[in-house]
Amino acid sequence: MDPLVLKKLNEARHQRKACVLVTNLDNGKDRLVLEGHLVEGELGEAISKALLTGKSATVEINKVEFFLNAHLPPPRIVVIGAVHISQAMAPIAKMSGYDLEVIDPRSAFATEERFEGVSVSADWPEDVLEEKPLDPYCALATVTHDPKIDDFPIADALRRNCFYVGALGSRKTHGKRIERLLADGITQNQLDRIKAPIGLDIGAASPQEIAVAVMAEIIEAFRKRGLS
Amino acid sequence: MTEQTDLKDELNIAEAWMKAGKEVAIATVVSTWGSAPRPAGSHLVIDEDGNFEGSVSGGCVEGAVVAEAMDVLSSGQPKMLEFGVADETAFEVGLSCGGNIRVFVERIG
Repeated sequence: MDPLVLKKLNEARHQRKACVLVTNLDNGKDRLVLEGHLVEGELGEAISKALLTGKSATVEINKVEFFLNAHLPPPRIVVIGAVHISQAMAPIAKMSGYDLEVIDPRSAFATEERFEGVSVSADWPEDVLEEKPLDPYCALATVTHDPKIDDFPIADALRRNCFYVGALGSRKTHGKRIERLLADGITQNQLDRIKAPIGLDIGAASPQEIAVAVMAEIIEAFRKRGLS
Repeated sequence: MTEQTDLKDELNIAEAWMKAGKEVAIATVVSTWGSAPRPAGSHLVIDEDGNFEGSVSGGCVEGAVVAEAMDVLSSGQPKMLEFGVADETAFEVGLSCGGNIRVFVERIG
């Protein structure tokens, strides 16, 4: 393995860039292919597949074996609203292997006491997300119902192509939200990606049940992304 | 997933070891059949003194991989290792789970 390739690979992983390490198993030569960098032919197709599924595998092309080691950034869940639902989502996310963080400018809600062991920011989403931008390996769930807090991150998540965008609120609330987002320049196609009402339809009633429904919807979106 | 981050942190360790001036080999599970304990892409990194981090099988064959890595470090030639219950050496270094794995071992640099 080329030490420079190892360095580049670690850099890409650190920067949350999806990539595939391609190793020729006949001679050990390797190279790193970052997502978005096209490789032609059969090998290119196999690389695209590895990037989509996140599965590493050996492929044989023209009698040469290549190992494709897919490195996808760990999915990150950003919840807007330090409320009962997000309190219940945090342990489920942790158990399922997803990073979760909570943002809520209302400092009475976003406290460390209410979110023990969870990354919580008592700032406006605009500010937090500028510092630590969303990307396609992020899920965004808004649960405050407050347009002042929820609208910006929803629009931002759609523009940055997050794999999941869910928004809490009744159909009526969501109808008004759609009008505001359209006025903000979000397209109908982008709006159609918003999961609202939020969560899989399991008849969830309590905040804890809603948390289960939202987490299940996020996991589904991640595991089936690009496949539908 | 946690799996992905934890699983591949060996890569950071390998880079740190290299920066510390050590000779480092990296072993990678490149294919699995049956109920192999670690998925393709799992790593074991080994330094010249036989220190290692990570896993390619959950403990069954690491000892054998580390021994082979010493050869790879001195020769510089990569090696493909195969382990499985059908292997003749199964009693010593077989996989108890009934799976079968191929492990590619190479020197870094």
